[in-house]
Amino acid sequence: MPLASYQTSVPVVVDDAKCIADKGCTVCVDVCPLDVLRISDMTNKAYMAYDECWYCMPCEADCPTGAVTVNIPYLLR
Amino acid sequence: MALDQIVDGLSEVSCDVLVIGGGTAGPMAALKAKLKNPKANVVLLEKANVKRSGAISMGMDGLNNAVIPGYATPEQYTKEITIANDGIVDQKAVYKYAQNCYSIIEELDSFGIRFLKNENGDYAVKKVHHIGTYVLPMPNGETVKKALYRQLRRARILISNRYMATRLLKSADGRIAGAISVNTRTAEILVIKAKSVILCMGAAGRLGLPTSGYMFGTYENAANSGDGYSMAYHAGAALANLECYQINPLIKDYNGPACAYVAGPFGAFTANNEGSRFIECDYWSGQMMLEFYNELLSGKGPVFLQLKHLHPNTIEEIESTLHKVERPTRGLFQQGRGVDYRNESIEMHISEIGFCSGHSASGVFVDDNARTTVPGLYAAGDMASVPHNYMLGAFTNGSVAGIDAMEFADNHDFAEFDAADVARERDRVMAPTKREDGIPPNQIEYKTRRLVNDYLQPPKVTRKYELGMRRLAEAREDMQERMIARNAHELLRALEVQSIMDCADMAVHASLYREESRWGLYHWRTDFPEKDNENWFCHTLLSKQDGKMTSEKRAVEPYIVPIADDEKDLYDKQRIRATA
Repeated sequence: MPLASYQTSVPVVVDDAKCIADKGCTVCVDVCPLDVLRISDMTNKAYMAYDECWYCMPCEADCPTGAVTVNIPYLLR
Repeated sequence: MALDQIVDGLSEVSCDVLVIGGGTAGPMAALKAKLKNPKANVVLLEKANVKRSGAISMGMDGLNNAVIPGYATPEQYTKEITIANDGIVDQKAVYKYAQNCYSIIEELDSFGIRFLKNENGDYAVKKVHHIGTYVLPMPNGETVKKALYRQLRRARILISNRYMATRLLKSADGRIAGAISVNTRTAEILVIKAKSVILCMGAAGRLGLPTSGYMFGTYENAANSGDGYSMAYHAGAALANLECYQINPLIKDYNGPACAYVAGPFGAFTANNEGSRFIECDYWSGQMMLEFYNELLSGKGPVFLQLKHLHPNTIEEIESTLHKVERPTRGLFQQGRGVDYRNESIEMHISEIGFCSGHSASGVFVDDNARTTVPGLYAAGDMASVPHNYMLGAFTNGSVAGIDAMEFADNHDFAEFDAADVARERDRVMAPTKREDGIPPNQIEYKTRRLVNDYLQPPKVTRKYELGMRRLAEAREDMQERMIARNAHELLRALEVQSIMDCADMAVHASLYREESRWGLYHWRTDFPEKDNENWFCHTLLSKQDGKMTSEKRAVEPYIVPIADDEKDLYDKQRIRATA
């Protein structure tokens, strides 16, 4: 069965200017209970790769530079 | 190598005690096992990261079942929990919890976890339950995970993050031998031999579909997909009273607690659209949930948590706890909707169904030593059958499990398992990665959970359950024959769907077996609307026998704290009576 990709606006937003993943930081990726954050191969910054968020906050709370913002997923906003 | 790329690999390690799940019960179990025998190897395996995993990822706003001298006695607590569960309780485990939990509170306090105290330095316990006083607020409860993690590091517990356990291993004579797990980012298989295993894998919280339609917007931490129930089932362990579902009153759409346990002691209450109270008590029981459900459907809904009548300083105090601890995005959610507790009540709804002994009474059957029916296998926390556990129950029973499991490991050598079991499990785990074409896990999961909502949500109708069973069987066939996983992360989700499917099947089987209604909304069967103490005053145990799902009755152990006849139905009187 052929697959199509499905557009979705993701709740976790990373400020590239503040994110220090390019310096080797992986804190938000490490702590996420649903394992939905990754470091981009292109920008070397953290981003939300999978829209499977419990809007729980460890990524935002533990980010050492305040680069991560958790929003409420659109469907339940 | 890029994260999530599938790697073909298998390795094997061994330890004395293996704890699976690093949320609440797991870290305590690992710690106590290690302290009991510091020379032994204790491995704590976690699907996510122990630093932030489980139901208390962002801490907890209070203890909901603290039995503190001067406020409550173990006898009182045991009696209340027995009544709240319609009498279907083995009191020994509840009583043991009630006796031990105060020393655990003191231990948590020594870890640096803070509880609310009054001017005299005593614990400031509040009343939320129908009869007794057991709720101890934790205004600084966001520190729980950090404090636990420090203890684990100090005790040199071996932590393996991002490994999802999939099946348990047993010897030919039925003793536990270890577990098989898979790395959630590489799909490499890790076999862990162990002398004893403790399952602390949380609730089955991804069973029903939230009404928002967002699959991960569950009440429970969405990582709690019921893997422990599935593993215990396939290992032949018995599971108790699974028909006693968990259903909670929550903030509508946000799907987290509002939270009456925090706000109630300050004077907040659950109200209908007329602003009137309709339930006697905000403590979560099946009977209370039935009244909540009735009110929503009666035309007097919506239902609200009302705070606006309180003093602004009080509201600020409540807000500072609700928006900082446990589910801190509650504040963000209310802000987005323009809801200010000072002038608007919080709209409530009831949650999707799940399994969780944290709030109800179902789970992997355990005795008062946290032992399951499989020798060497233990369970604690939300997935074990001790009723109304909450966080403190997970800590206290986790502690019991850790000590007993280390004793077991000290007295037994490794059990031998069949290498063919590992090969078979590896094939099962990797099957979705071998298909070129098929259905992705998110679609199978959505369909399964939508079927759970459509057919399994109470009121339970036999005909609907039979149809649900057929539809679920079709979805299972798709899952087994056609599901694809294109990377390791998708494989993680594919494995979780298999746990969800097993839990859905168990929910159907257990619900159809008990031919009566009990526990209010949790097991309301329209074809058997009455409580039938003559035939069903018993536990039900579900297990896999000769490859087939089977249910049987198990007598309730004789009470150690007697319940008077006029006390037995106290929780049936939840609705506020109109007075002349």
